[in-house]
Amino acid sequence: MSTAVADRPTASSPAPDGGSASQRPANPLKIVLGLVGVVVVVWAMANIFLAFAYYPDKFGSKAVIGGLAIIVGVGGAALFFYALNMFVEGLPGRASDRVIPYAFLLPGLGLLGLMLVYPAVQTINYSFANSDSTAYVGFDNFVSIFKNEDFQQSIFNNILWLIIVPTVVVAIGVVVAVLSDKLSETGEKVAKAFIFVPMAISFVGASAIWSIVYFYNNPGQVQIGLLNAIWTGLGGNPQTWLQASGFRLNSLLMMVILIWLQVGFAMILLSSAIKGVPEDTIEAARIDGATELQIFGQVVIPQIKGTIITVFITVVILVLKVFDIVYVLTNGRDKTNVIAVLFYNEAFANDQAGIAAAIVVILLLAVLPVLVYQVRHFRQEEMNR
Amino acid sequence: MSSTMRDGRPRSYFAIVTMAALGLLWTIPTLGLLVDSFRPRDESTTSGWWTALFNPFGTGWTFDNYSRALADGQIGGSFINSFVVAIPATIIPIMFAAFAAYAFTFMEFPGRDVLFIVIVAVLVVPIQVAFQPMLNLLGPNGLGISGQYIAVWLLHTGFGMPLAIYTLRNYMATLPKTIIESAKIDGATHYQTFWKLIVPMSVPALAAFGILQFLWTWNDLLVAKLFLNSSNTTVIVEVQGLLGTQGQGQELLTAAAFISFIVPMLVFFALQRFFVRGLTAGAVKG
Repeated sequence: MSTAVADRPTASSPAPDGGSASQRPANPLKIVLGLVGVVVVVWAMANIFLAFAYYPDKFGSKAVIGGLAIIVGVGGAALFFYALNMFVEGLPGRASDRVIPYAFLLPGLGLLGLMLVYPAVQTINYSFANSDSTAYVGFDNFVSIFKNEDFQQSIFNNILWLIIVPTVVVAIGVVVAVLSDKLSETGEKVAKAFIFVPMAISFVGASAIWSIVYFYNNPGQVQIGLLNAIWTGLGGNPQTWLQASGFRLNSLLMMVILIWLQVGFAMILLSSAIKGVPEDTIEAARIDGATELQIFGQVVIPQIKGTIITVFITVVILVLKVFDIVYVLTNGRDKTNVIAVLFYNEAFANDQAGIAAAIVVILLLAVLPVLVYQVRHFRQEEMNR
Repeated sequence: MSSTMRDGRPRSYFAIVTMAALGLLWTIPTLGLLVDSFRPRDESTTSGWWTALFNPFGTGWTFDNYSRALADGQIGGSFINSFVVAIPATIIPIMFAAFAAYAFTFMEFPGRDVLFIVIVAVLVVPIQVAFQPMLNLLGPNGLGISGQYIAVWLLHTGFGMPLAIYTLRNYMATLPKTIIESAKIDGATHYQTFWKLIVPMSVPALAAFGILQFLWTWNDLLVAKLFLNSSNTTVIVEVQGLLGTQGQGQELLTAAAFISFIVPMLVFFALQRFFVRGLTAGAVKG
């Protein structure tokens, strides 16, 4: 900082406390241009998009509209900020300094409020209303979902998912991170690449991939699904795996898909945490005669605990709203239903807005402990900063 | 028995064998889909994909599934739609969030800490809360933009905002504050400081979040399914539709599915270095 000041010792530079800015008079031209700019940008964007929607033929091909839409969307957002900033800079100095943080926050927080906070309040509101949200019905929706067997089933399944998936993801993640650390540099890169390929794959794509693994053909026909091919090869009868609800086998098989997708993420974080464990703490334990397993359990694990919790919480949040895999593969049939799928079907297949909203409210209550934990954890970290 | 590697560490055969096995296990399912996507329908429905690997010369390898999937107006168009949805839905939130993160990191204003706590809290709110109210607000009885790209951009921007602001702010907090102060002394406005100093210095975090958001918006099913009409819908929704149908068009599923993940995979591997660095910088602190 001192060098930057020393570079420009001339009298023309403003006072270091920014005092000159607060005395700056208003600039009406900037205020007007900025305001007009904000309005024009929003108006123009809205009209261009309406034009895309109403007159798609005028633009030629799909790709042209796509390209234009990208330019208008991104450019419009940039112009919006430019105009907003011009407006704020035009205000008299002190007002400008006060307003500018809120101008920077407005678009981001505005959308966050509109897309997450407002709907959360509105959903709670709907949960006390009837199926088309025209009259209040008190707690009827909640009473009826708790009596509903499908809802109880879904809660049970969600709890199973919550216990199994994060635990297995963390466990495999730790194993992979530790073992790949023992490979040569190239070996580590290659091995990790194989494991995090699925990270880029969508839940739907993963369901397509695994539906081939779980594919069923009638007995006597050639089994083209890998699992049934192995199973019949071992002498078993072909199984319709995704309908096998005994011991919740079908749910477990769908959990395998999510685990397969998430281990890469866990591995990245855990691997860098393990590399951050100081070598001398491990050396010291080794000199004291600890076995490799003891070193791992008593020296390495305690030092990566923070990361383990981070990974666990992230996967928990993901699992709470697991939807795509179950929706695509079974749509909740054969005792596989989960909260998010139940919500979707109540809201959009059965048109039960009140019931659906009540289900989301239960989901919100379920994330509450995680939310409290996050906020407390964040506060602690800020204090250590 | 035990040899050493070039860097002097002992070679662990247990690690080599286990990792090779896991790597194989993690690859086989995808390999199955990939192999099937290059086989004609009469072969892929009558024999397992592995038979083609054991008998590569007796297999009628073909690009037919791909050319038919891309020529199919609906699937081909949805591939373009996916780009149109995902690119602005990645860039716009980054821009909005970067401005907000700048304000949270470098500006003093009343309500700052409370607002940031709200963002940390909203991080865990499931997006399911948004669907019914947003369909009402954006639908024909509200703004009337439901079904259009812009509706989905706005939703993805809102949904991505908490994580974006959170990650970027955590990253910006590690930048030296003195730089901002000297820029201010030089007479730079916040707007200039933001574009000329903070954005270039925050590239790793911006890229890391960008990759995450791109993967998320490209791979999303729910938002696209609910808020895009069928001519604007994404390739993921098309693949989901194919998965639900039996028979007709089924052979296009494998090709369409592979088309749907080739782009996120390329993005992911091209920018992997940024992603790993940004992710670990943001999440692993101390």
